[in-house]
Amino acid sequence: MSDSQWPLWEVFTQPNKGEPFEHAGSVHAPDGELALQNARDVYARRGEAVNLWVVPSAAIVASAPSDAGPFFDPGNDKPYRHPQFYIAPRGVRIF
Amino acid sequence: MTEPSFQVAAPRSTPVANPLFEYLLRLGDDRLVLGHRLSEWCGHGPILEEDIALSNMALDLIGHASSLLALAGEIEAQGRDADALAYFREAVAYRNALLVEIPNGDFAVTMVRQFLFDAYSVLLWDALSRCEHEGLAAIATKSLKEDKYHLRHSSEWVVRLGDGTEESHERAQQALDSVWRYTGELFDHDAVDDAVAAEAFIAIDHDALHSLWLTMVKDVVHRATLTLPTDPAMRRGGRRGFHTESLGHLLATMQIVARSHPGASW
Amino acid sequence: MDQNPTVAAEDPALLAAFEARIAAGESIEPKDWMPERYRKQLTRMMSQHAHSEIVGMLPEGNWITRAPSLRRKMSLIAKVQDEAGHGLYIYCGTETLGVDRHDLVEALLDGRAKYSSIFNYPTLSWADMGVIGWLVDGAAIVNQTVLAKASYGPYARAMVRICKEENFHKRQGYEICSVLANGTPAQKAMVQEAFNRFWWPSLMMFGPSDTDSPNSAELLKWRVKRKTNDELRQRFVNLTVPQAIAIGITVPDPDMHLDAETGNWEFGEIEWSEFFEVLKGNGPCNRERLEARRKAHDDGAWVRAAASAYAEKQKGRSSTAAA
Repeated sequence: MSDSQWPLWEVFTQPNKGEPFEHAGSVHAPDGELALQNARDVYARRGEAVNLWVVPSAAIVASAPSDAGPFFDPGNDKPYRHPQFYIAPRGVRIF
Repeated sequence: MTEPSFQVAAPRSTPVANPLFEYLLRLGDDRLVLGHRLSEWCGHGPILEEDIALSNMALDLIGHASSLLALAGEIEAQGRDADALAYFREAVAYRNALLVEIPNGDFAVTMVRQFLFDAYSVLLWDALSRCEHEGLAAIATKSLKEDKYHLRHSSEWVVRLGDGTEESHERAQQALDSVWRYTGELFDHDAVDDAVAAEAFIAIDHDALHSLWLTMVKDVVHRATLTLPTDPAMRRGGRRGFHTESLGHLLATMQIVARSHPGASW
Repeated sequence: MDQNPTVAAEDPALLAAFEARIAAGESIEPKDWMPERYRKQLTRMMSQHAHSEIVGMLPEGNWITRAPSLRRKMSLIAKVQDEAGHGLYIYCGTETLGVDRHDLVEALLDGRAKYSSIFNYPTLSWADMGVIGWLVDGAAIVNQTVLAKASYGPYARAMVRICKEENFHKRQGYEICSVLANGTPAQKAMVQEAFNRFWWPSLMMFGPSDTDSPNSAELLKWRVKRKTNDELRQRFVNLTVPQAIAIGITVPDPDMHLDAETGNWEFGEIEWSEFFEVLKGNGPCNRERLEARRKAHDDGAWVRAAASAYAEKQKGRSSTAAA
């Protein structure tokens, strides 16, 4: 077995309960347990997170820049996808 | 089980001058010396992530030591603060267990030592968090959280070293065999312990602690495919200031700048 | 994560589009098309920065065991730990460009990769801890604040994180110096002596005048570098000299004077031959720095291997269990 710096893992932190997880960066680790610990030491030792996810970088499936148009361009001709398009009768509570 | 040992623990009949002060020194010195040893790894760890982990444990331990020595100074009531106690006591006045002053050795020695100490410390803090002395109970509660994390780290490493490669297994076994003799001292009970139990209501059942500790240790040693040492011979003396020669050198380094400028502020 | 989008042989249309994105202040992300030179320059620049953080742990690590108070001991450990973290952030950022950290480490240990010249100077007294925090971290901050707006996304993001943590390092260093400067005569002498040793090497940290720096023009065009070396150096001097005056420290430069018109603290000629000797490997402790890193790396090989072996075994066990 040749020397390595261990596989790369992506780290996601949840800053506070109920909030979305955010990508914080990466760490190297040989397995999930040490990845979790390393992630905590590198990205959460100042109390910046209440929760952590670590994912092997190789497991991430990402969109490609060339996807930008077909995947993400909203084409502003679909107002029915936005709440403002719908009129509710006065006095009726809409959640 | 009677272990062959050089009797340096205080006979239980001897009155102790300021037992709570002595007791806090033991707790504080353990963590100061161990934290200092861990800090020697800074910049020399086996991988970057581990440099960060080792520094993290060093920091936590020195922080605990700082609180404990500060409290000790207050109890002593002779005007010594944590720095005065840390930097201006000779080795013979230090009260740490021998386990924490032994040199770092290789990563296996460091991690095995750390695991054996962490397991003891977590159990001890858990008990002390319920003691009647408010100041100590508060330190115990905070330190327990951090030590639990250390235990997670050190135990996982002992398993990986024991059940890693042939070389790591050999080194881990050698490490365990060589530091085992220092573990008995952690569970000794002497006149100081009796006195703090009576006067400050800090009553630790050392035998129960030892038993729980042994269970935890056996579990990790088994998962690590290592063999528990059987030699009953234990080295002791730290609690009464009878240290190994290592401590003198450690303190010479630690104290040199402070002692070169007595009375100065930093 | 797929790191390397297919690179066409520098299609002029792609290049033009890339340069337009840069000019518009857009962030380049790992999977975006980029000229091969951009990728190479960024890899070099980022890895050099990461190496500097790691090697930089050594001069300060040298005084952890001798820190003269528990508070200083803890602060110094925390600082060195932060530097390890900074190196880590930037190595990870560099890896998004398609290189493995293993190879980056090898390049450093082989002596092929560069790192900041300042870390080839030894730390000889406790006061060096204050002076390094104040001058070296101070200089790094001047450099880094502009890097937070660098065109390469992962680099800029690492810099934002680093700048947040860096602020306390510089303040800590200055505070140490201030306490020493207001202390005993021996402490005052200690901090002045340390300042004398680190002043000129700190100015050299910004690199030679851009006319003598081969990479500057390209890096400026690509918004990886945002200011010239001279501009940054002058900014550093203007910040630092008043700080020195405030605590009674003399700058070891007989030509130092305030230009009332420009507001700049004008300084004397820098002895660039010293800088180039250090870069070549002939500085006071270039060899010791690399030897220390090599030893850590070599001693750590069995540890890294153990963890990898265990992980492999666990994989085998879980698939056996699942079967």
